Amino acid sequence: MSEPSTPILAMRGVNKSFGPIDVLHDISLELRAGEVLCLLGDNGAGKSTVIRLLSGVHKPTSGTIEMDGKPVAFANPRDASDHGIATVHQFGGTFPLMSIGRSFFVGVEPTKGWGPFKIYDRKKANAIAVKAVQDFGITRIDDGDRLVGGLSGGERQSLAIARAVHFGARVLILDEPTAALGVKQATHVLRIVNEAKRRGLAVIFITHQVMHAMAVGDHFAVLIRGAVAADFKKGQKTREEITDLMAGGASMANLEAEIDGYMNSNDATIGGNAPVSAA
Amino acid sequence: MSSISIGGLLRRPEAGAALGLIAVLIFFAIFGGVTFLKPAGMSSWLNVAANLGVIAIPVGLLMIAGELDISVGAMVPFGAMTVAVISGHYGLSIWLGIFLALSFGVLVGLINGYLVIKTAVPSLIVTLGTLFAVQGIVLGLTVLITKSTSVALATEGAAKAIFGDFMMGGQLQAMVGWWLVITALYIFFVHFSRFGNWIFAMGGDKVSARNAGIPTERMTILLFVLSSTSAAFVGMCQAILYNSAQVAGGQSFIFNAIISVVVGGVLLTGGFGSIIGIFFGTITFAIVNQGIYYTDFDRNWSSLIIGVLLLGAVLMNNTFRKMALSYAPKKGAK
Repeated sequence: MSEPSTPILAMRGVNKSFGPIDVLHDISLELRAGEVLCLLGDNGAGKSTVIRLLSGVHKPTSGTIEMDGKPVAFANPRDASDHGIATVHQFGGTFPLMSIGRSFFVGVEPTKGWGPFKIYDRKKANAIAVKAVQDFGITRIDDGDRLVGGLSGGERQSLAIARAVHFGARVLILDEPTAALGVKQATHVLRIVNEAKRRGLAVIFITHQVMHAMAVGDHFAVLIRGAVAADFKKGQKTREEITDLMAGGASMANLEAEIDGYMNSNDATIGGNAPVSAA
Repeated sequence: MSSISIGGLLRRPEAGAALGLIAVLIFFAIFGGVTFLKPAGMSSWLNVAANLGVIAIPVGLLMIAGELDISVGAMVPFGAMTVAVISGHYGLSIWLGIFLALSFGVLVGLINGYLVIKTAVPSLIVTLGTLFAVQGIVLGLTVLITKSTSVALATEGAAKAIFGDFMMGGQLQAMVGWWLVITALYIFFVHFSRFGNWIFAMGGDKVSARNAGIPTERMTILLFVLSSTSAAFVGMCQAILYNSAQVAGGQSFIFNAIISVVVGGVLLTGGFGSIIGIFFGTITFAIVNQGIYYTDFDRNWSSLIIGVLLLGAVLMNNTFRKMALSYAPKKGAK
């Protein structure tokens, strides 16, 4: 690596096994401020385990996790978030039946008053929450009393990201933020990822949608069966190459040919049956 | 809160409960006449509502936090029997009996809460276990100690006046006062202090709540302690009021509390509800339960009304919750 700066977050030779099952082998990754690292991989490749290690849910079996060049061991998710690592899950990890203001400040509610009669400061909470989200370009959210469950998927993601940034996150881990979203909503989220990057945050973006990864990523790592199969920079590989890598090295073209062949040989039987093939 | 409008009121968790209460009031005013709104009639359902309400609110809070406590059904006779055995059978100070009754409430709550957080067994099953265990303890110990299933208790003076006497002309139980004060305290702590936010967050998503720094385990234990202590408190007060305690009884509180809570707009799966809603729900239940006596209907039909009321309330609450979820200011409307 040619960059002079120390990575904010790094994994060095990390292995993880659950009992006899080895899930991750010798994972080494580096993440710098203002950089988006896209973690790509098929289902079961070990992406989730990497996230859980970085967000303090699990501990590495061997190897180290470093922050600012110093080894760290997260006791629990709370500890990781105290170190400035915030994880945002697919559905935003928020509380659907709480208001935007209340859910934004869960656990750190602003209060006014004194002694045992401190009351939750709704106005302040709503104002800060709405401003934080609007600063990320989601201007449609303008009432902190709205329930989170009434927001669109993209807005929820944005709220969760804005919340993490507001509370001082330096590293954002986004776990498949665009997986459940439509094209327009996904664009929203990608814009917010770019905004977070512009503010100097380090982002780990987990996805299996290569297009989304290419839109925001600076640096890509492809996981296959628990190992880093490729680690490259923006522009070093084409979309087809990345897709091939994710498919486990087997060329996409081969797969397509196989499927075609299968369809052709089975067309007669499928066509002869009920309209199941429509699905 | 923000702006008073029909829509705004309907989106609140207690909207269904308030409408249900009005409907039930009108129903019984028509079929039962106004007697049941006169002081004598009112105290009959207020007494029921008060005893139930003191238990229903903490049970509702547990439900908002995503848990359930049915052991309250055994804690009512446990509280009653403790004070009756200590102060009646043994003739010790009434204050010692009160102290021990409440202490047992705290103890069973701690056991419930600890088992729920340590075993991850659903709290319905855990408290079903403690329900039976405590029932067994109450029956076994009472018969062992007193050779009877009913124990007399005579209380005089301050303890009688504070916990188990009639007030305001002799029809309203002291419990009504307790109920109103306790409800006001809950409203403050749940809707105005930050702790309430934690309970809602726990019911919304326990893992996210824990990650946000909420002491979910301590809160869970605290809520279980609240519900079983409240039940022991109600039992204790009833023993002081009626000058005796029975080993049986109390089971009706399990379903009645859950009905009050659900009619009051609390979501069974947690994360949504309000104290004032539970308050309305409790009154609604009590009116149906007692109002039937003021009508020409056969008393046997009251369960039917309660069943229909419960189903109606759940459907209505679902509708109001959907309205709350889909609410967006006009400008941002989709």
